[in-house]
Amino acid sequence: MTFAPTDAAGGAQEPPVLRTEDLSKAYGPITVLSDVTLEIRAGEVHAIIGENGAGKSTLMKLLSGHATPTGGTMSMFGKPVAFADAVQAEDAGIVLVHQEILLAPDLTVAQNLFLGRELSRGFAVDDRTMNRRTAEVLARVGSLARPTFRVGDMPLAQQQLVQIARALLDDRKVVILDEPTAMLTNDEVDALLGIVRSLRAQGVAVLYISHRLEEVEALADRVTVLRDGKMIGTWSAQALDQRQMAELMVGRELSMLYPPKREATTSEPVLRVEDLSVEHGRISGSFSVRPGEVLGIGGMIGAGRTEMIEGLMGLRPAQARAISLNGKSVAKPDVNAMMAAGLVYLTEDRKGKGLLLNEGLGPNLTLQALDLVNPGLRLDRKREGRSIQSAVREYDIRVRTLSIQAGQLSGGNQQKLLLAKVMLAEPSVVIIDEPTRGIDIGNKSQIYRFIDDLARAGKACVVISSELPELVGLSDRVLVMRSGRFVAELTGEDITEQNIVYAAASSGDDTEGRKHA
Amino acid sequence: MSSAEIAVLPEREGFKIRWGDLAPFIALAVIVLLGTLINSNFMSANNILNVITRSAFIAIIGVGATFVVATGGLDLSIGSMLAFVVGIMILAMNALVPSLGAWAIPVGALVALVVGSLCGLMNGLIITVGRIEPFIVTLGTMGIFRAFITYMTDGGSLSIDRSLRTAYRPVYFGDLFGIPFPVLITLVIAFLGAFILYRTKYGRRVTAVGSNSDVARFSGVHVGRVRTMAFVIQGFCVAVAAICYVPRLGAATPTTGQLWELQVITAVVIGGTLLRGGKAHIWGTVAGALMLEVIANVMVLSDMVSEYLVAAVQGAIIIIAMLAHRFTSSR
Repeated sequence: MTFAPTDAAGGAQEPPVLRTEDLSKAYGPITVLSDVTLEIRAGEVHAIIGENGAGKSTLMKLLSGHATPTGGTMSMFGKPVAFADAVQAEDAGIVLVHQEILLAPDLTVAQNLFLGRELSRGFAVDDRTMNRRTAEVLARVGSLARPTFRVGDMPLAQQQLVQIARALLDDRKVVILDEPTAMLTNDEVDALLGIVRSLRAQGVAVLYISHRLEEVEALADRVTVLRDGKMIGTWSAQALDQRQMAELMVGRELSMLYPPKREATTSEPVLRVEDLSVEHGRISGSFSVRPGEVLGIGGMIGAGRTEMIEGLMGLRPAQARAISLNGKSVAKPDVNAMMAAGLVYLTEDRKGKGLLLNEGLGPNLTLQALDLVNPGLRLDRKREGRSIQSAVREYDIRVRTLSIQAGQLSGGNQQKLLLAKVMLAEPSVVIIDEPTRGIDIGNKSQIYRFIDDLARAGKACVVISSELPELVGLSDRVLVMRSGRFVAELTGEDITEQNIVYAAASSGDDTEGRKHA
Repeated sequence: MSSAEIAVLPEREGFKIRWGDLAPFIALAVIVLLGTLINSNFMSANNILNVITRSAFIAIIGVGATFVVATGGLDLSIGSMLAFVVGIMILAMNALVPSLGAWAIPVGALVALVVGSLCGLMNGLIITVGRIEPFIVTLGTMGIFRAFITYMTDGGSLSIDRSLRTAYRPVYFGDLFGIPFPVLITLVIAFLGAFILYRTKYGRRVTAVGSNSDVARFSGVHVGRVRTMAFVIQGFCVAVAAICYVPRLGAATPTTGQLWELQVITAVVIGGTLLRGGKAHIWGTVAGALMLEVIANVMVLSDMVSEYLVAAVQGAIIIIAMLAHRFTSSR
């Protein structure tokens, strides 16, 4: 990288609110975060950025007591501290506002704020005092809600504010906001940024985790970049623009994990999706894919990639103006109709939606193509046995015995079993969502080879991935999604991690990739 | 590493003893052994046949309930549904006697099967189309069926026509080569149930829906249809039980089949079927139904515990069975 960290000795006037030195976290032999040395000062907004899996959430958990470090030290105002749990961290003045809404929908705002620490007068709860203090803190975050509103009746953005208000109920030194804008609309984001600024003006130290780089640029005083569980450095926010941030987040070279790229194909698209609209238009777009092509779909978590494909498969409410598959038109999104026409989908949620963990290989392998393996009403045990044998061989599923349950397989073998399962229907288009999530490097490169083989055999592959090297290493073409829309299409030399991150995270006004209709 | 290096063992499911699956049969054997030690009359052919015959109703309904529970559902209406089907069947037979004579029995039985299946279909459709918890829906239909039978019997009893009694009697009291008819019918239903559950595509889908309905849905299984069909099977089994029940007493009353749902669910659960769905044991259910009847019989034969406490012992059994399951499965 060309820019050196600009922070270094910054303002050494008073001891920082929170300081970490060589903070590390390992789960067993796997180190997920190593040697983070960080200073957070009063009255600053300190952004933490990094790719998915860079270690941002691990760091947040360590700072807020939700997890305990396996190495390094923390200090507050120069005095060493260690938190056994989140309560201790909160007592010390550090609070984490979670990304998801963790409120009881049937309770009022005040009841939620004081949940577990209700004020009482004698045996009765002191609603009057709690409502008054709630009103005060709501005013502080600029919420128009009343303490007596039922949380479940409020819009998501207002609920998010209630969460922040809860964090501010007691005097806080450090407020950690984990992707606070992930679920908000643009106007709501603006309001939230205003609140963060006013917190800063009140002298609170705000740790701001976001993958939206324009927010970071607009808001942060300093930026710390994490990559692959390591701290890359801390910069003054003025020293970086969005593109530089993206480059710092990515900053690594393509490894030899990936098979060599295929030659570009020019044949007619095998799958054409026109104006697919999922969840009443919250997510919508058109795309097509050619035989022998690997189409990557990139974007940040929450951009709507999985939802779009689940909509296409009829797994969530969706309409499309037209879907044509293998030259035939598919009337409406439906898993079975799609499978019959030659399209299958491999879910990202291997354990929750892909495999029956308590069942053996056979029931899992044949569940989707049950009618193909068993032409009659009866189960054809012999054919099922042959399917298992050939799947185990073809996809290299490592098992000691064929009577093993799917839940006992390693992640990599589960993924291969899932791949074998959807391929049993002999599709011409395969959509694979996060093909290598949570599997080791050896299985990863095997899966990449399978995908390459499929493309070489003339199948069309669509790969949704949050791992940028994977998209770059596999794809002939990449569509980038942001807030439910395709915002860029990258081909050839333009497929770089920087371009993908930039299109996925920036406001997209000056995206170099062509806008996709 | 090449795939050739991996030794793939042939499937030998048949040779592996799964103690968890055998538990209900072992428990049954232990209780039978206890019964023999307590009272020598217990093992007499007469008593044994009697006990098995009496367990037939719970066993037959239990086969259907195994399907419902395997899909992750629950049917509380079965006891009331039985009474309702019995009532309809008696009304139909009595109405048909003048024109059909003894043929009123098979036609009435057919009516029962249709009505039972429709009752199940209704439960299933309300649950799947209306997206309401099975517990709530069948709690509602339980009340409805119970009220209907009370209305049909006018609070008293609804008897089958005298002229049909002799012809119909053997269905409960008769036997073939010494095996009582209800026992034969139980065997047929259990064999059919096991075939459907373990050997057909539908059965495979039942298991898939019960173990993880999301996985099933993502694999293109019509989850609603599979669930609804399980309730239809349940209704059909209730009707078969009703056909065996009528010749025993020859009448329906407002208390017919009362609390049978609890006995059936107990039989299913102590038979090894998981209440949250996925794992189903037809023959375990049959063993469970036998166990309940044998316990009651042993208690009646022995003087140690009052027979008024039968339900308490049965209740304790279901809790012990679940604790045993928790204990063994947590390892």
